[in-house]
Amino acid sequence: MTELTRRAALATTASALAAPWILPRSALGQQKPAKLRIGISTFLSGPASVFGVPGRNAADLLIEHLNAKGGIAGVPVEALVIDEAPGVNFLLGECRRLVQNENVDVMLASISSGSCLAVAPLAEELRMPNIMWDCGTQRIFEEGTWRYSVRTQANAVPEIVAPLLYLLKIRPDVQTVAVVNQDYAWGRDSWAIWKTAMEAIKPGIRVVAELFPKFGATDFSTEITRLQALRPDVVFSTSWGGELDTFIRQAAERRLFERSLFVLPLAESSLERVGKTLPEGVIVGARGDHWFLHPTARGNGRLDGFVAEYRKRYGAWPIYPTFHMAQALFALEAAYTKALAANGGVWPSREQLMDTLRGLEFDHLTGRMKIRPDGQGLEPMLIGVSKHVPEYPFPVLDQMVLFPPELTMNPMGTKGLDWVKGLTMETVAKAPAPIPYKA
Amino acid sequence: MGLLLLLAVLDGLAYAGQLFMVAVGLTLVFGVLKILNVAHGSLFAIGAYVAATLIGWFGAEELSLLALAIAALAVGALLGPSIERGLLARIYDKEHVLQLLVTFALFMILEDLQKLLWGVQPRFEDAPVRLLGQVEVGGIFYTAYQLLLLPGVALVALLLLVWFLRRTLLGRSIVAVTHDREAAVAIGIDARFVYLSTFTIGAGLAALGGALAAPTTSLVPGIGVQMIVLSFAVVATAGLGQIEGAAVTALLIGLARSLAVYFAPELEVVVPYLLMVAVLLIRPAGLFGRRELRRV
Repeated sequence: MTELTRRAALATTASALAAPWILPRSALGQQKPAKLRIGISTFLSGPASVFGVPGRNAADLLIEHLNAKGGIAGVPVEALVIDEAPGVNFLLGECRRLVQNENVDVMLASISSGSCLAVAPLAEELRMPNIMWDCGTQRIFEEGTWRYSVRTQANAVPEIVAPLLYLLKIRPDVQTVAVVNQDYAWGRDSWAIWKTAMEAIKPGIRVVAELFPKFGATDFSTEITRLQALRPDVVFSTSWGGELDTFIRQAAERRLFERSLFVLPLAESSLERVGKTLPEGVIVGARGDHWFLHPTARGNGRLDGFVAEYRKRYGAWPIYPTFHMAQALFALEAAYTKALAANGGVWPSREQLMDTLRGLEFDHLTGRMKIRPDGQGLEPMLIGVSKHVPEYPFPVLDQMVLFPPELTMNPMGTKGLDWVKGLTMETVAKAPAPIPYKA
Repeated sequence: MGLLLLLAVLDGLAYAGQLFMVAVGLTLVFGVLKILNVAHGSLFAIGAYVAATLIGWFGAEELSLLALAIAALAVGALLGPSIERGLLARIYDKEHVLQLLVTFALFMILEDLQKLLWGVQPRFEDAPVRLLGQVEVGGIFYTAYQLLLLPGVALVALLLLVWFLRRTLLGRSIVAVTHDREAAVAIGIDARFVYLSTFTIGAGLAALGGALAAPTTSLVPGIGVQMIVLSFAVVATAGLGQIEGAAVTALLIGLARSLAVYFAPELEVVVPYLLMVAVLLIRPAGLFGRRELRRV
């Protein structure tokens, strides 16, 4: 055992006394700031602005509401929004600037999976609390452990598994499938999940065409001709934005919907734009349980108030990115509130905030959700079929199934692509009962 | 197999028609002005947005085809002379790099202008497609707009352009200026007017390409970029300044792309560029390009 000398005792005491000044100020409980500055990265330009701008709009609306009731624990919130469109290098530079020059307290980054994969290590380096508010790749928490990042929504695995379970529930006799996905990471990854899960649940379904038109394609006529000739039972597409709209319109004009059942996991965000061009009976997803006519949350003041105000201000119905943004902001508010209470009213450090976010349960627009200890959010998946009703000039969702996360999301510590190999028809049988549309 | 080939050819023809309309304006402008106009893609996009707006305003399906023509004429007549006189006329004697940068800057400005005027949400106006209905070929439904109108307009545009350049005074003046500007000016041809006319026609063709594309696709920010990249591939493969060459190349690329979708889908995205690389390796001036010969 080492002998305690007078010199050692003095050094230890001095170190202990100096610690609060040596450690970064943010590592300790702090004084309440005059303002809580949130950096938000989203697409303000380019094709993905169809999601980015509604997300930004939701942030504006909800932050205004937060501030109207005094902010978070009396601290007003200010958002600094940056555009993700110029690319990852630009985004990383902007995040650095926001944290180091603008003293941003928290980042909400981002929409693109590529952006999220790049921002997570930067968040570690800068010790910057980061809420991934919309990106979908499952790889983030499967391949890395992040102290300063959490995700307040699900990921690609349940977003693809849920529509597959829905399809096999209503059409167990499917024989042939074709895919038309955008030729980039999401298009390829989502197909890999679908194909692997489909082969596990129902081996023998034949893939008759794998079509990956270039990202940003404006014409799908050749793909549509080929699909008409092949007549697959199911056409699967995770395309989004203008490309999905174009695909739907061109397919409708050429009567492809009459020959194949379409499964479109992101089509909720296109419904208002394509209107009743999208026929009835198409399987539609919403990257979570995001639907302004949510079957169980409809009628609660929170959802209805948000939908009415969003519609009034922006002239459109809220789509899934607005719900994702709401989840990130509600999680942030709940985490600060909880951390403050646990900290005896002292403003939490960045680390205390992150510790609180992990395992946090919080209410949002359509229910209550949880963030896992690894930082991954758990939310139900709402899948339904399109239905034309007189109340709306676009299709609504009917026969909605709310798939719980335990049925569609791989457990912590496993990899989604491996986990889906264990899915069976028993998983399909566990799907909850559908809820019909009510006017 | 025979039916599949026929379907692939029909798809290729439709796509080639659309591609040619954009590429021909680009190659015409380069042939005469010697400027590679990056902002050509913006003129395509603005033509498309204006057409969609006019279709919406007109309301009646029967007037939708008229809206396409008016959009092309309006964009060509307004933006063509403004850009040529206001910007390009000042940089004709500058280096190519500078010219490229100026047209790129213009492209960026016009992209932002589109977002300012039409927002970022996708727009879709398909009244002309609905108006013309469907055609059935071997049990496969096509839209008449795509199968007949697009290639038809492209063919008429090609024939008119060739006739105009070979048979009219202005067309011959354009050819003369392209061949030897100094000699043309010496015999009394107004080169300034020739440049203005050529750019206006080029702008009008880009806008017409956009207007014709508008009813078939969603208009989103960045739509001009997609088209300009492919048009460059057509123009480079054909040889800069080659109008008939652009038509043949557009057809080759259209057919190669549709055959790829049928028989090797993985190659769909790269087929136009593979074709371009293959041609340029064998004929660096392009399929129809010849050094020291007139460009139009």
